[in-house]
Amino acid sequence: MSGFYHVNIPQLPPDPLFGIKASLAKDTRENKVDLGIGAYRDDHGKPWILPSVKLAEDLLHHSADYNHEYLPISGLKKFTEEAAKVILGEESSAIKEDRVVSIQSLSGTGSLHLAGTFINKFYRKKDDASFRAVVYVSDPTWSNHMQIFSSCGLATTKYPYWNDATKQLKIDQYVQAIEQAPKGSVFLLHATAHNPTGMDPKPEEWKRILKAISDNGHLPLFDCAYQGFTTGSLAKDAWALRHAIDSGDYHFPGILVCQSFAKNCGMYGERVGAFHVVLPEHDDALNSAILSQLSKIVRSEISNPPGYGAKVVSLILTTPQLKKQWERDLITMSSRIMGMRKQLVVELQRLGTPGSWNHITEQKGMFSYTGLTPSQTEKLAHDYAIYMSKNGRASIAGLNPGNVKYVAKAIDDVIRSEL
Amino acid sequence: MFRSSKSVRYIRFPSTYSLASNLVRFQSRWAGVPQAPSDKILGLSLLYTLDANPNKVDLGVGAYRDGNGSPWILPSVRMAEKILQDTESDKEYSPILGSPKFIQLVQKLLFAHDTSGFQLLADGRIVTAQGLSGTGSLRVLAEFLHRFHSNHHVKVPDPTWTNHLSIMKDSGLTTSAYRYYDQKSNALDFDGLLEDLSRSEEGTIVLLHLSCHNPTGVDSSPEQWDEIIKMLSERNLVPVVDTAYQGFQSGDPVKDLATLFKFNDAVAMGKIPTYLLSQSFAKNMGLYGERVGTLSVICSGPRESERVRSQLAKLIRPMYSSPPTHGSKLVETILGNEDIYNQWLNDVKTMCDRLDSMRLLLYDKLTVEYNSALDWEHIITQKGMFCYTGLNPRQVEKLRSTKSVYMTADGRISIAGICLKNIDYLARSIDEVTKETA
Repeated sequence: MSGFYHVNIPQLPPDPLFGIKASLAKDTRENKVDLGIGAYRDDHGKPWILPSVKLAEDLLHHSADYNHEYLPISGLKKFTEEAAKVILGEESSAIKEDRVVSIQSLSGTGSLHLAGTFINKFYRKKDDASFRAVVYVSDPTWSNHMQIFSSCGLATTKYPYWNDATKQLKIDQYVQAIEQAPKGSVFLLHATAHNPTGMDPKPEEWKRILKAISDNGHLPLFDCAYQGFTTGSLAKDAWALRHAIDSGDYHFPGILVCQSFAKNCGMYGERVGAFHVVLPEHDDALNSAILSQLSKIVRSEISNPPGYGAKVVSLILTTPQLKKQWERDLITMSSRIMGMRKQLVVELQRLGTPGSWNHITEQKGMFSYTGLTPSQTEKLAHDYAIYMSKNGRASIAGLNPGNVKYVAKAIDDVIRSEL
Repeated sequence: MFRSSKSVRYIRFPSTYSLASNLVRFQSRWAGVPQAPSDKILGLSLLYTLDANPNKVDLGVGAYRDGNGSPWILPSVRMAEKILQDTESDKEYSPILGSPKFIQLVQKLLFAHDTSGFQLLADGRIVTAQGLSGTGSLRVLAEFLHRFHSNHHVKVPDPTWTNHLSIMKDSGLTTSAYRYYDQKSNALDFDGLLEDLSRSEEGTIVLLHLSCHNPTGVDSSPEQWDEIIKMLSERNLVPVVDTAYQGFQSGDPVKDLATLFKFNDAVAMGKIPTYLLSQSFAKNMGLYGERVGTLSVICSGPRESERVRSQLAKLIRPMYSSPPTHGSKLVETILGNEDIYNQWLNDVKTMCDRLDSMRLLLYDKLTVEYNSALDWEHIITQKGMFCYTGLNPRQVEKLRSTKSVYMTADGRISIAGICLKNIDYLARSIDEVTKETA
């Protein structure tokens, strides 16, 4: 006796990133190294609950009105308001002018999914009923991006980004792609700490990119999952997005912002994030309409978002001592990662490993696009129990003084063995 | 199209562009966004919050309240929370389908108490994944059916929870109703139910409330369930079973699975090939806002289960990557610790007993104290958190506007909102309004 659908349900391979985690879990070798999933680790390779988070949780649990009641569909208001301030800046013209619609989301993925659903349903051209936007993502980009948008019914394509030979950006081709894209396309931009390459545009390159997007009537979508990880400073890391909004140099039909607190607050599994729609002008009716439609989308998917994580982050953002502690925690994490980048390069140079390795310290954020090939990363996993993405993306957060020499030697061995 | 002079403009643009052309450009992308109507149930909460009447009574949202009308954190949840606080060492991502321990414990709760369920588990035929409470679990199941089932039509009881329709429709499924509640008798229209199922096309998806039907509180009897399952089998219909109130029917979460045991038996005996289950811990563990529940799919064997598992992961990954962990860790702690589990059983009984006593008291006050001429017996025959009072929209509106008693327009009241403080005012208000307004 069989199910009605057994014939046409094919087996799928595991998700590329969660799959690494699973393989790693099964590996019994003691010296295994996890450079796969993008989660911060401390100097001993252990997950790190931020001190600011621990303090906030303590406060929360001792608070008289701590409970598990439903949040509003659009989320915890204090949280979404503070989240907007974090990313757009307390002095943001968009916030002051009430041009921002914010809704709580299931971390970054949930926010991107909301963006995609919203774009698919409502992003139109008044004079062209058949217009459906194409979403442009960088080549390469986070492995989940394209399927998020395609599952929302959107067509996606890639814009040139990473030059593997020079380990720099293909900036001219990038801008050219913007100029050639059908007017009104959506451009997915990594706000800071590009995933997987770790290479961000320089300020002058950002200006070229934003101007091209603006001149061609495209819609920018900023994905911000690493604010605070690049330089340790929230303001510095949000420069590109804030410049797009506050400089007055550009005119966009809107700016979509997907914000995650997974990494910078270490709230990974709690799924804390927000989706913001920044509009070019103040319009109460439109603000209300957009919020109502986003709420309608949320209601039939999850009814309302999870409360715990948002409450913790909200406490951090609204309690001065906790906010200061958080800022220190960001410096702790970003500087440890920067330190490990340096150490890895020092080791590789000391070993005289063939190739140039400066890109590892040039790249920012949690990841490094090492340049290792699929066969090399496969070998690293199989022979050395060192796990990273097939495309050579290594999570530097997984490196520590205890394993950096081992990893450098393994990379050295693997590269030499293929020469 | 120009804005009225009242609205304020804060557009910044280079002087080379004209105001008009920019307005047209800015308006052209979002002009088609209409204001969506506010959610019926949650919109009511807002009105209640704004009401200044000190005697106001909130019988809207289905969240349990204690005898003082306050939210109640279950003692078992407090115990679990303390353990979690003391022992939580990380906030890592859970796997896409939820933590294996969570899944194992919930499967044990749902499927290990009857022989057939236990066998299905042992045979690797049950795929269970963590979902975002009941809504999220139903949504993933609906998306799964849309993708893999050839029949895209769902029949839902009339009436049903309003969000059921949105969930199904937004997953690309069409919906229609099967007869369920008979207004005249305030009871189940069983003949109508069976007839509507019998007339359904093969492969039609049928949504069923396992117990404590929302909004009516009217459930089928065990014998009626046997007939329903027989009909599902004969017409080859696909059951989607929704359980959000496990424990609120009898006070015992395991006893309340009796109907699910029938489904397991039917699968084990080959009478139905499958069913899908959406389950929530929102109410029976009071974990509402933490969004913790599960979805399950009964498969033909372990290989099919693996395939289904992989496809569920593919559906979930682009939606939200992985489920929230705080609620699921609490559930794990409760279900995995014998003392806390027993405390939980007590907590469910506490809630159920209080709801039952409020039903009895309300019935007494209306019929005896206020001598209402109407028949209020359904208050005590209906089960769960809700009561379908039978009040019509006019009466509901009058209760809200003149008495500050809040309930949904269909006359559904949340018994949880009743306590000793407000029950007399409530009974009196209902009596007055029904005497004044037909």
